[in-house]
Amino acid sequence: MAIHQRPATPDSVLWQHEAEAHDDIATRTLGFWLYMMSDALIFAALFAAYGVLDQTTNLAGGPGAHQIVHPLAGFWQTLAVMTSVFAYSLASVAMKMRSQPGVILYITIALVLGLVFIGLELGDFARLIALGDGPDRSGFLSIYFVLIGTHGLHMAFGILWMLVMIVQVARSGFTPSIVARLLNLRMFWQFQASVWVCVYAFVYLRGAF
Amino acid sequence: MPVHLQGPWSFLFGRLTLHAIPYDNVIILFAFTLAAVAGIAIVLPVLYFKKIPYLWREWITTVDHKKIGVMYIIVGLVMMFRGFFDGLMIRTQQVLADGPHSPHFLDASHGYIPPYHFDQIYSSHGTIMILFAVTPILTGLTNVIVPLQVGARDMAFPYMNALSLWLTAMGAALVMVSLFVGDFSDAGWSGLIPLTELPFSPGVGVDYWVWSIQISSIGTTLNAVNMIATIVMMRAPGMTWFRLPVFTWTTLSTNIIGLTAFPVLGVALAMLSCDRYIGTHFFTAGLGGNLMLYTNLFWIWGHPEVYFLVLPAFGIFSEIIPAFSHRPLFGYTTMVAATFAIAGIAWLVWLHHFFTMGAGPGVNTFFSVATMLVGVPTGVKVFNWVFTMYRGRLTFETPMLWCLGGLFMLLAGGLTGMMLAMPAIDYTVHNSVFVVAHFHCMVLLIAYAIFGAVIFWFPKVFGMQLDERSGKLFFWTFSTGSILVFVAMFALGFMGETRRLDYLYDPHMLPLLIIQEIGIGFYGLSVLIFAWMLFVSLRNRNTSLESDPWGTSRTLEWLTRTPVPFYNFAVTPQINARDELDWRRRSGLDLSHPDRFAPIHMPGNTMIPILIGICSFGLGFGMIWRIWWMAGGGLLAIIALVIFRSFQHTPGYMLQPGEIAAMERRTAASGIIAEQPSRPPLMEAGAH
Repeated sequence: MAIHQRPATPDSVLWQHEAEAHDDIATRTLGFWLYMMSDALIFAALFAAYGVLDQTTNLAGGPGAHQIVHPLAGFWQTLAVMTSVFAYSLASVAMKMRSQPGVILYITIALVLGLVFIGLELGDFARLIALGDGPDRSGFLSIYFVLIGTHGLHMAFGILWMLVMIVQVARSGFTPSIVARLLNLRMFWQFQASVWVCVYAFVYLRGAF
Repeated sequence: MPVHLQGPWSFLFGRLTLHAIPYDNVIILFAFTLAAVAGIAIVLPVLYFKKIPYLWREWITTVDHKKIGVMYIIVGLVMMFRGFFDGLMIRTQQVLADGPHSPHFLDASHGYIPPYHFDQIYSSHGTIMILFAVTPILTGLTNVIVPLQVGARDMAFPYMNALSLWLTAMGAALVMVSLFVGDFSDAGWSGLIPLTELPFSPGVGVDYWVWSIQISSIGTTLNAVNMIATIVMMRAPGMTWFRLPVFTWTTLSTNIIGLTAFPVLGVALAMLSCDRYIGTHFFTAGLGGNLMLYTNLFWIWGHPEVYFLVLPAFGIFSEIIPAFSHRPLFGYTTMVAATFAIAGIAWLVWLHHFFTMGAGPGVNTFFSVATMLVGVPTGVKVFNWVFTMYRGRLTFETPMLWCLGGLFMLLAGGLTGMMLAMPAIDYTVHNSVFVVAHFHCMVLLIAYAIFGAVIFWFPKVFGMQLDERSGKLFFWTFSTGSILVFVAMFALGFMGETRRLDYLYDPHMLPLLIIQEIGIGFYGLSVLIFAWMLFVSLRNRNTSLESDPWGTSRTLEWLTRTPVPFYNFAVTPQINARDELDWRRRSGLDLSHPDRFAPIHMPGNTMIPILIGICSFGLGFGMIWRIWWMAGGGLLAIIALVIFRSFQHTPGYMLQPGEIAAMERRTAASGIIAEQPSRPPLMEAGAH
């Protein structure tokens, strides 16, 4: 049994005078991973609700998935978000080379592509609402708007975060806090891209074919 | 497409009018007077002794995990008192309103509370007890104890810790405001669908319920992130995984549940909000909504939430029972395994809350078997505690009494839970007060653990022990109340009393209802004795305590001085064994203290968490009353504050070796109640 532990000897160490330094960036990264795990559960619940509400009975006479999504439309959005992630990865490379202009340039590209993504999405939404097929039309359209809208909202917060990071990198360079934030933002952005892949597969491809 | 509502609406005040304040209701007037008197009794001394700067500096803007934990517990205890008062009103209404010839007072046709008001009372009783009493108290306990148990200076993210506290407190504040401005939800604590939908609940009650839960559960989720990161990253050297105290293990598992379960609740409530604000059809009774989707989502959170509450209680038992049995915990490894088994099964049992949905024999069987499986690891735990006590030198200090009482509650609640796990039985007693009595036994076990823990760890935090004699009286009155109320309630359940009734049709139930009323009277008495216990302890306080005032504690938190200094450990301890303090004591090293000190880096205070908390209150209140400028302003202010903080440099300050040596000699000066001298903040270059 573990209770029979080695007794103390004269050279047993009781106090650690040097053990102060916890790895700050690693702690923040772990914390952010944990946050993303709970965020993933938000999307898991939304996808489950989409599975439940994507039935003929939930259409209430309104349009179904195959009438409102087109794989090609979603494809342009996929292209935008993936290229944006790629641009952000180039910003990470620039950060390793400690190049402030490089980081700012590539984050700006990622930001613009994110805006393109959101613009395409808002265009889709506006078209549907103009046709009278807004989120208050049927149970299915409710979850369609809220699932995709929740992802879009995350993208919008990512863009806001990028704006802040551009200012911070330009002002103070690469302090430990700013590096930690840049690393976390990279994870956040790739996470949003991964969620979008699931949305594209589950809503656009499954709905169209 | 905001939903068009009937009734008055103005840009400045939204739906809020003077009629929303129920000044003509005698009961609410009484509650308001009580709250006002209590508020004045607290505020006046603070003003008189000029303590506002102290409160602001040392408590409201603090990032110290112990002070934050204490504030969590105070919020929880206040809310628990409110929840108790709701329970008292429910019991009194039922004993008065039994049978067609029952008396009637005020505006009620039976009893003294009209149905609409009664429905709000049981809804707020459930919501408050689970989400705003027990959850904050347990969060507070883990906040205080876990960093000490793993040998850390603070939580991994001290600033976020303060933010979690203020979000939780603002959620609780919204519930309290609902008592005096508008209504609370009358759709049960679980939000019975479609009753919570706009056509059936057009008032603000459901919105109060939704937003108070949303805001506080964001706080709980952030706290879960913080706790897990603390346990994983901040352990002292030598604190390997299998040397962690069991309370820390249960905190880890419970926060994994919290991290993964609360987002699902958030989604369910957000969908309900969409239905109520923009007219979607997630859970409506027409146009393609799905009622059972809500029920499933709610209980996918709701059942793990039960284990989110009970696991720390099990951890508390696992700390207190060994300390007062003078033996190490029996079966440490199986205890850890059982903890994680319970946490895992927590995700597989939600459907047993609505077997009567009629999902079919296959589904019901799966969830029935999964529910019974919970009994296995729980049984392992109970036997481990019993074997810990077996041939131990038991002493019956108050914390130990609470643990033993809690074990009996666990037995009663657990065995009736096994009965309810069988769909055949569940169909018979579904929605009867038998179910209510069952889950009250389970929640009471958590309350027992909480009282045990508060008494056990009180000296660690405040440097004085609570009075044993009044503490034991508190235990016995509380337990008498529990037995009288809930044994009678089990019987009433078998007699066919369904839950949530403001009027009972059967005069034969009256004797048992009177027994319940006597029981709640004992609870009321125990509340007074609790207050008396605090008063007596404060009057007869002995503040010169050893590090370990119980003399038999085993874990790391008792190694540092009592009351615990604000920097936790003057020098980080090296961990050599599981139950480090016990190991040092047996090796004759427990009185050894470090002889030289190194500077300690401390985080500085910040007022941003409380500001974000106030803004989130504004956001919630604005959404509830549809005061759009207030809601939007609150949200924008939160975002602005977060961005503002990211531009702030907050390097904290350094505690110098000379200062530490002085404070180690005069422990009272460094306790968490003592006022700290202000220190110059570090310059950016000086921060490591």
